[in-house]
Amino acid sequence: MSATTAGWLQFALLVVALVAVYRPLGDWMARVFTSPAHWRAERLVYRAVGVDADAEQRWPVYLRSVLALSAVGVLLLYGLQRLQSLLPLDNGMAAVEPGSAWNTAVSFVTNTNWQGYVGESTMGNLVQMAGLAVQNFLSAAVGIAVAIALVRGFARVGTDRLGNAWVDVTRAVVRLLLPLAVVTTVVFVLAGIVQTLKAGTDVSTLAGGSQYLPTGPVASQEAIKEIGTNGGGFYNANSAHPFEDPSAWISLLQVFLMLMIPFSLPRTFGRMVGNTKQGLAIVGVMASLYAIGVGLLTLFQARAGGAATALAGAATEGQEVRFGGPLSALFGASTTLTSTGSVNSLHDSYTPLGGAVTLFNMMLGEVAPGGVGSGLYGMLMLAVIAVFVAGLMVGRTPEYLGKKLGRREMTLASLYILTTPAIVLVGTAVAIGTSAGRAGMLNDGPHGLSEVLYAFTSAGNNNGSAFAGLSANTDFYNIALGLAMAFGRFLPIVLVLALAGRLAQQGRTPVTAGTFPTHRPLFAGLLTAVVLVVVGLTYFPVLALGPFAEGLS
Amino acid sequence: MSAPLLRSGRQYVAAVRAMVLATVALGLLYPLLMTGVAQVIAPDRADGSIVSVDGAPVGSSLIGQSFTDAAGNPLPRYFQSRPSAADYDGTASGGSNLGPNSPELVAAVTERRAAVAAFNGVPESDVPADAVTASASGLDPDISPEYAAIQVQRVASERGVPAAEVQRLVADATDGRDAGFIGAPTVNVLELNLALDRELGAG
Amino acid sequence: MTTLTPPAPAPARPPATPGTRSLLTADQLGPALAGAFRKLDPRGLVKQPVIFVVWVGSVFSTVLAVADPSVFGWLIAIWLWLTVLFANVAEAVAEGRGKAQAATLRKAKTTTQAVLEDGSEVSAATLVPGMRCVVVAGQVIPGDGDVVEGIASVDESAITGESAPVIRESGGDRSAVTGGTTVLSDRIVVEITSKPGETFIDRMIALVEGASRQKTPNEVALNILLSSLTIVFLLAVVTLQPFAVYSGAEQSMTVLIALVVCLIPTTIGALLSAIGIAGMDRLVQRNVLAMSGRAVEAAGDVGTLLLDKTGTITLGNRQASEFVAVGGCSDAELADAAQLASLADETPEGRSIVVLAKTAYGLRERTDLPGAVFVPFTAQTRMSGVDLPDGRQLRKGAAGACTTWVRTQGGEVTAEVGDAVDSISASGGTPLVLAVAGPDGARVLGVIHLKDVVKEGMRERFDELRRMGIRTVMITGDNERTARAIAAEAGVDDVLAEATPEDKLALIAREQEGGRLVAMTGDGTNDAPALAQADVGVAMNTGTSAAKEAGNMVDLDSNPTKLIEIVEIGKQLLITRGSLTTFSIANDLAKYFAIIPAMFAGVFPGLDKLNVMQLHSPESAILSAVVFNALIIVALVPLALRGVKYTPGSASAMLQRNLLVYGVGGVVLPFVGIKLIDLLVSLIPGIA
Repeated sequence: MSATTAGWLQFALLVVALVAVYRPLGDWMARVFTSPAHWRAERLVYRAVGVDADAEQRWPVYLRSVLALSAVGVLLLYGLQRLQSLLPLDNGMAAVEPGSAWNTAVSFVTNTNWQGYVGESTMGNLVQMAGLAVQNFLSAAVGIAVAIALVRGFARVGTDRLGNAWVDVTRAVVRLLLPLAVVTTVVFVLAGIVQTLKAGTDVSTLAGGSQYLPTGPVASQEAIKEIGTNGGGFYNANSAHPFEDPSAWISLLQVFLMLMIPFSLPRTFGRMVGNTKQGLAIVGVMASLYAIGVGLLTLFQARAGGAATALAGAATEGQEVRFGGPLSALFGASTTLTSTGSVNSLHDSYTPLGGAVTLFNMMLGEVAPGGVGSGLYGMLMLAVIAVFVAGLMVGRTPEYLGKKLGRREMTLASLYILTTPAIVLVGTAVAIGTSAGRAGMLNDGPHGLSEVLYAFTSAGNNNGSAFAGLSANTDFYNIALGLAMAFGRFLPIVLVLALAGRLAQQGRTPVTAGTFPTHRPLFAGLLTAVVLVVVGLTYFPVLALGPFAEGLS
Repeated sequence: MSAPLLRSGRQYVAAVRAMVLATVALGLLYPLLMTGVAQVIAPDRADGSIVSVDGAPVGSSLIGQSFTDAAGNPLPRYFQSRPSAADYDGTASGGSNLGPNSPELVAAVTERRAAVAAFNGVPESDVPADAVTASASGLDPDISPEYAAIQVQRVASERGVPAAEVQRLVADATDGRDAGFIGAPTVNVLELNLALDRELGAG
Repeated sequence: MTTLTPPAPAPARPPATPGTRSLLTADQLGPALAGAFRKLDPRGLVKQPVIFVVWVGSVFSTVLAVADPSVFGWLIAIWLWLTVLFANVAEAVAEGRGKAQAATLRKAKTTTQAVLEDGSEVSAATLVPGMRCVVVAGQVIPGDGDVVEGIASVDESAITGESAPVIRESGGDRSAVTGGTTVLSDRIVVEITSKPGETFIDRMIALVEGASRQKTPNEVALNILLSSLTIVFLLAVVTLQPFAVYSGAEQSMTVLIALVVCLIPTTIGALLSAIGIAGMDRLVQRNVLAMSGRAVEAAGDVGTLLLDKTGTITLGNRQASEFVAVGGCSDAELADAAQLASLADETPEGRSIVVLAKTAYGLRERTDLPGAVFVPFTAQTRMSGVDLPDGRQLRKGAAGACTTWVRTQGGEVTAEVGDAVDSISASGGTPLVLAVAGPDGARVLGVIHLKDVVKEGMRERFDELRRMGIRTVMITGDNERTARAIAAEAGVDDVLAEATPEDKLALIAREQEGGRLVAMTGDGTNDAPALAQADVGVAMNTGTSAAKEAGNMVDLDSNPTKLIEIVEIGKQLLITRGSLTTFSIANDLAKYFAIIPAMFAGVFPGLDKLNVMQLHSPESAILSAVVFNALIIVALVPLALRGVKYTPGSASAMLQRNLLVYGVGGVVLPFVGIKLIDLLVSLIPGIA
């Protein structure tokens, strides 16, 4: 069987699996967030936390809850890293440097999981488990909660209540993420991913050398890393490391896991607004963009662009033999389109145009399908923009799902589409314009620019993957990227929740023949075009100087 | 003035409590329980699929290692792994991250190609891509069947056995794509070399 | 009943089609250009963020051109100024189109004196609400007000352009008069209702000149989106310089400014206010005055139309459909009598009786009737008819009046008459009793069935509205059964029968609660609360001051059917905005392909592959993009003023068409345009 055929079959299997879980998982999530009943375990949580689970919150309170949880998370994670050597299960690791600790704390709380450090020689098991893995759950749950709050904004009429953030986060963990993680961990362990408290094994190699193989509770962290689109690996090499990703089918499973929730949330959205076709339209847009991303990346990677790649004969630099080209491209496209950021091959060594695709994927704003929750709310914000333009073109004050898009709504949506590009472009410009920024580049010329651009794109969009040649474990990058991640995560959340509050207060305009239908292919096509055009126009100049300059030469 | 602050304050109290709870439940109970389960259902794999010879651990079947002498010269009696940016150091996994047009990478590929061709006595055009490029993890346990193929003759003559013998062991260590279509065909170098030592004597 | 037959609804003037009024005539262009230069004042431009950015860019590039003169630098600076200027021209032209109308209106404001009730003369400008003025034939009414005494025919052509006089009388729904109109006959006393400077004409002048124009909610929302895109592109270009420096391809300020101006949505930014003004203007052309742009926009959103039955759905007047003979009178005899009694009756009902006699009973129309004396309709008798030379008196009229007359003439009215009258009433018709008195005594000959006639084409109109997603509700004072019958015939969606003003108000509130915007027309004081409650309330110009105050539009033709056109104009306004926004953004693609290779192909030759248009040189490429960007504004001014073509249909069909024309067209057109301009520009020495 040729590699191309195998690649197609892998993709087909993935699509079949995603289609299979779309309805059951989407419906389950809708039930999780609409059911009035609390589970006993959840009641215990609410009592311990001290919140009234039946009291719904207005959007500012919802926001404060989410921000408070995140802020405390950053503090705790920072503290754990700084005090690592004084705590048990440190595996002999020293305290993490302040800059790196700040960067890593923000990184994991914002669901970015950018890693400026080498995991296996920096973080002991306590930090890995009690610090990083906890945020893997919570940041994913926060993303889902915010998305659900926005969906409620569309679904509800004439209320100022968006639900209860504590309940949403708790349920996301208890009813969704934790059960999935447990099952996944078992599968992972059976497939060879390590799960032990043993710090590592010393071996004497056949050639007479020695090798130390660090181990730890990897599988349990790996599971939530993919399910929660976090992407922070136990090891520096992330999912390229054989202990994280020992075989091709596990790698394909990881791709599935990171896509599973983001691709099913539109169903939840459709369920909650009472029209599953609306969800289909959204998932259709996500799937189209995703297919384009996968297709282009696979194509460019197969064509061996770049002098070194052409010389070697294939884009195998930074690629594992067991995965091969198509699966590496599939993983690379999926991880950049889901804000996961875990990698099973190194994007920095991709062909120039292949690298451009991974960059562009993130620039789309992590909406196809995006991170857990953040993908859905990001796409819905873009849908608001698309509906506005389309609505004008059918001669009515634009409305989405019966909610009118007036001045306030458009202000929030406009700021949303402005935020991330501002972070990415300004951040990259500052880095390129300062010697501290330029010092981190491994490669020079256009590829160096791409490395820096990739770093800020990844941070601003909370992806976490890297053109890892960039030496980002410096004060400059630790601080700058930390800020980019924090702004890139929380400014959009503020805007999303404000919009949710605004929408929930509105009544609902009834659907008539004059209403622009947002569940048809025409709208899906329009939304796809809006996403591509807005992003394309924003980043065209810098892409021209980075990957295009390299790839078209 | 302090009303919003107070309200925010309440959220922070809840956040601290929630974080403590999450740390205990998700940060300790969950991984520890999963470790317990793992140690019961698949203890060997959970500890890293360590391969031992005569009770002494010689590596992990999942992790690649270098088959070079102390000076870094390839040992001709063993199949060679791919180039590694991490030198197969288990504590520093990672790749070169060199860009596709990197002059450094161009030089490295050129140099490796010549070395591999010379070492195995094959024309440079026969050297496959994985033989001249570093993996992503720096710990790639596998090589492509093509890379294995060009090493057969050299290993056989070094060990003084017929090439067919070695060829058979290579075939044994070769895995096709998972389920026939997932990933790429691989030859696990450590397993192959162990089989060589086991069946043909530790030359 | 009133004492005068209302004038037939003014025949709608032929709708002003774009062709009938040249979009850019020479006499408009002069003042428009002057206005455009005046608008270069940055204090005014700040309100249009996109154009303001261009203005700043123009200033900068001019300074740069002065400091470091080059053909390229100067050409860019000049074309940037032209871009701002063209944007201003668009607005000035749109405003200028109202100016002509305003001038006509100003002529109507020539009255300076008013005669008060006590005979004293005061200046019209000093009139305040509550004062009473006397106006006699030949005088101009000094201010807006209500007739409190008398009746007169008034020439309102100064406002409506309609030369046929209208009747204004005290009391009732036709008491409102407008300052500046002329009394043609009789004498009336007018109580002033508006303050000086706030009269109807004053407001009209302000409206058509665009002086009081405020941005509509939708326009504001769009402006926010455009501002946000402007900031994104500003950021993209500002941050480009560090990247360019890093790449060894530092760019001149002039080039960066040119890039920004090309990327930000200047096309829609320039045309946005012109589109708004033109939308109001299109209404004015159809003789509708919108008191606010908000109302025009709301018209596009209307979900429910409340339409009065009479005059809107049915012809204002009923028509004879049947003669029912009673008391042994033959059909032919009845038809003959009906024709005779109606010969002099010029009301539509009267004409329809003659027509029916001819078509159904073959009676030839008699032109003269020597010796006959026609008896006109009066409010006292509520009958009309004819006294024939043979001594017979024929009378037709309301059942009550006619039967009373028969009795007073010594005749008998049988129960048969009552039955016929009742059965016609029950079927939704109006019975008109025809009686005779003469030498043979008095008796009722029969009953004429007058029936509502649904206007031609209404059913199609309502089907169209339904496709647009608009629900129609017919409002009538008729009973439920009658109303349903007519509704079914006309094809409206729903009926409000035996409607009281309270019912109307409740209906509007109910529809609005369901999230629908409601539009209605009205003319009476009764209608005022409902007009005020409706999102779009169109008051008839013939209506009362209260109604005109309550509504947010006034139809000078007093043609209720126009509500449908108003909705279409509202939609067209939004569609034009959306389409040009799409076009504007779609243009950027080609501009990138022109400018980016021009900027960087020197350093990265590979980027010349992006120069798909094969533009002549970097300078010509950038200049061509800038020139295209400026010229496209001018090219689109007519479209902005005329509005994008609107064909009623489903939202999807409309979107598909507009996306194709303005989205895909917006991508393709600039590739062609920039290439053509480049061919010309490359001939300029110093560029080539």
